Amino acid sequence: MSKMQVSMTVNGTAVEARVEHRTLLIHFLRDHLNLTGPHIGCDTSHCGACTVDLDGKSVKSCTMFAVQADGASILTIEGITGADGTLHALQDGFREMHGLQCGFCTPGMITRAYRLLQENPHPTEEEIRFGISGNLCRCTGYQNIVKAVQYAAEKLGGKLKEAAE
Amino acid sequence: MTEPTSEQRTQSLQGLGCKRKRTEDIRFVQGKGNYVDDLKLPGTLYGDFVRSPYGHARIKGIDASKAKALPGVIAVLTAADLKPLNLHYMPTLAGDVAAVLAEDKVLYQNQEVAFVIAEDRYAAADAVELVEVDYEPLPVVVDPFKAMAPDAPVLREDLAGKTDGAHGKRKHHNHIFAWEMGDRGATDQAFTQAEVTIKELISYQRVHPCPLETCQCVASFDKVKGELTVWGTFQAPHVIRTVASLISKIPEHKVHVIAPDIGGGFGNKVGAYPGYICAVVASIVTGRPVKWVEDRTENLTTTSFARDYHMTAEIAANRDGRITALRVNVLADHGAFDACADPSKWPAGFFNIVTGSYDFPVAHVSVDGVYTNKAPGGVAYRCSFRVTEAAYCIERAMDILAQKLEMDPADLRMKNLIRREQFPYHSALGWEYDSGDYHTALQRAMNAVGYRQLRTEQQARLAAFRAGKTRELMGIGVAFFTEIVGAGPSRNCDILGIAMFDSAEIRIHPTGAVIARMGTKSQGQGHETTYAQIIASELGLPADDIIIEEGNTDTAPYGLGTYGSRSTPTAGAATAMAARKIRAKAQMIAAHLLEVSEYDLEWDVDRFRLKGNPESFKTMKEIAWAAYSNVPPGMEQGLEAVSYYDPPNMTFPFGAYISVVDVDVDTGVVKVRRFYALDDCGTRINPMIIEGQIHGGLTEAFAIAMGQEIHYDEDGNVTGPSLMDYFLPTAVETPKWETDWTTTPSPHHPIGAKGVGESPNVGGVPCFANAVNDAFRAFGSTHIAMPHDNWRTWTAADNLGLHAA
Repeated sequence: MSKMQVSMTVNGTAVEARVEHRTLLIHFLRDHLNLTGPHIGCDTSHCGACTVDLDGKSVKSCTMFAVQADGASILTIEGITGADGTLHALQDGFREMHGLQCGFCTPGMITRAYRLLQENPHPTEEEIRFGISGNLCRCTGYQNIVKAVQYAAEKLGGKLKEAAE
Repeated sequence: MTEPTSEQRTQSLQGLGCKRKRTEDIRFVQGKGNYVDDLKLPGTLYGDFVRSPYGHARIKGIDASKAKALPGVIAVLTAADLKPLNLHYMPTLAGDVAAVLAEDKVLYQNQEVAFVIAEDRYAAADAVELVEVDYEPLPVVVDPFKAMAPDAPVLREDLAGKTDGAHGKRKHHNHIFAWEMGDRGATDQAFTQAEVTIKELISYQRVHPCPLETCQCVASFDKVKGELTVWGTFQAPHVIRTVASLISKIPEHKVHVIAPDIGGGFGNKVGAYPGYICAVVASIVTGRPVKWVEDRTENLTTTSFARDYHMTAEIAANRDGRITALRVNVLADHGAFDACADPSKWPAGFFNIVTGSYDFPVAHVSVDGVYTNKAPGGVAYRCSFRVTEAAYCIERAMDILAQKLEMDPADLRMKNLIRREQFPYHSALGWEYDSGDYHTALQRAMNAVGYRQLRTEQQARLAAFRAGKTRELMGIGVAFFTEIVGAGPSRNCDILGIAMFDSAEIRIHPTGAVIARMGTKSQGQGHETTYAQIIASELGLPADDIIIEEGNTDTAPYGLGTYGSRSTPTAGAATAMAARKIRAKAQMIAAHLLEVSEYDLEWDVDRFRLKGNPESFKTMKEIAWAAYSNVPPGMEQGLEAVSYYDPPNMTFPFGAYISVVDVDVDTGVVKVRRFYALDDCGTRINPMIIEGQIHGGLTEAFAIAMGQEIHYDEDGNVTGPSLMDYFLPTAVETPKWETDWTTTPSPHHPIGAKGVGESPNVGGVPCFANAVNDAFRAFGSTHIAMPHDNWRTWTAADNLGLHAA
């Protein structure tokens, strides 16, 4: 299988690799770069466990090829934690508000909520529910995820800092 | 410096009753969980299945030559390779066998036919496409009501001539078992004398637990040592180890089973599946680690299912609403192999909880299990064994009786609920309910929602509908459930002969820090947080100084795993009992240090103090140090204990749920206006985690009641085998939950806790179903089957003539 050279920035670090054309971005992140925070929960782009931030947009990394991300800047859950290990307000919020149980959807959910708060720093409950509706959770019933996002929005006070950018 | 008060010291422990933040969240919010597919061992190979496109077909030949020729492909396993090892079939928990790889024929769509092993995931997937299988399609049986027709096709040719099943005589070539409980004669007599009876076929559709992480494993066989290590999504890792040893003949001490973090289970990850066996065989054959990760379609169509129970319920009652008898006959569709995950002696699980929360003088229940051309299994999807089926059945039936009697459903329940003074209550179908205060719970729920006002509003809405002023009907759902969890006492609960105890081992280090290990395995329930709270309260050491480990079968004491809300009732009890053994030793050490008799000491939060002289004490931290440095003469050093806890009885959590829905008869859209859930799970260990469990369980109940179904067409095709069709609610559809509680401790559990994770599924499903049915009650409809999606709801309205011009 022929391979192609790709280069991108992942969590602030320049990455270069040769990949098969058909390598999915999620497999590139997980298997090649050992970024196992984003997960795989379905094959149809429904669950959002694989959500990453790509050039300022939430993207389901199971639904694009690594070669399509050539030249892109990508942020995963690993890059949302501060370089000094400080947790982001969303990460605090998910713990404080009990917004997770098994933890499998959590990286994608937090990564999505991170972009949501960039798009809309003061979302209403309805806007949060709509804004995370591309991410499925089987454990929490979402009520505490909504609270976690509200917690972070309040803590950040509308002053959002881009992580690792 | 003033000594902290007893209350301050208690708070600093973060023990029982505290909303302690979860320990495990620190790694999960950073994407640093450790799930099976995160594991990377050097040289790992990937396995993938060739699966049957047919529901029932004879295999005439398998040609894997093209697949084997593909670069990166190591081998292709078929039944012919497994048969010499006697591994082409595996034993099931239900006393049947299940095919690992199909030999002569396939019995359900997507059944495993061959296992491809390749250098990477992509090569394995390519090779699957290249394996050519020659099938001869056979007649398909998907309707359980047709499975025992005299001319029904023989599904299980491997059982030819076998008239005895695991639970007695088989009636037909597609019959698995018959099971009954209760007093048939007395029940029949009560029905003969009844003033009022109802009878309804209440079917609970086939669904799937669908945790966000699918089933997966990594098997690694070390040829030099002869040792096998399997990492997997196992809710019951010790049982998997024993089964792996028994069927592989590798001695059990050389089988290392590890369940790392698990991305949700909900019953799906209790059983053993062909993927595990094939990965193990592949690793033994190749000498390299082999990873198997199923995709979502494989998950929904092969690794088990839940429900598919068809229950004909009858209630006898007096005209004043007093119930006199219950009769339920069930047809249970177990699919192609009986791989139902129940304790060995319970082929229908604890379905005999079907008398529910009501004081039935007599009852009789019978269950027949049949084979069909569907996936095998029968797991308890977020409920104890067959309990949600039972709760759905009795709660629907009580509403139908109320309708016939022209009584309010809540009033009928109030009249028949088991009274507080009747506990411990002996049910007509053989259980001893440990404790309850049902009337208080239901009344509190009715008060909280303003039940009478809601009924008045509903009447006004109905009048407006009839006057043509609205196209929306209002439904009020009432459900009162009794769960039965904590399996279970060794006298009647075992898995493959192993008693269903559970365990805890606690070891206190010299500095007072603690490591504890249990035989259970969290899949999101928060065990690392809550078990530490139990130990903190029992031993007076801060929860933050306690590490909880589960899932490594080499280090954890043997246990039966986490499902059926059994962790708190069994391993939680073992944790308290092990802690109490440690405290007894600590008391002797404290007496030695204080140079007094141990009988002169009393426990005070985190220390032993001299009775009458609280200034004279030794804290647990001081005692821990002394346990390694200054023990009484003749005493062994160390401070640790293990407990294997055989519960004396099940525990019986209960709850009262009320929901309000608005149904648009023209679109079939059901809007959930309100859902109130009152749960009583006995002593509450962590209210935050309990509330989270309730939210999650209610959301799964909402999914089941309103949309989930694993549906087969008449040719045996699963019609919606992905998340395109299988309903997992998003944050938009999911209702907002109101939670409440009462506390009625279990009298036999060391800390009075009962278990909670599954209650909301058990009570939630009938509560939604009753609400939708209630909306149509005024038009003479007695029962509309789940799931209540828009199409079915619209159809129900249409059948009742509500769309007439």
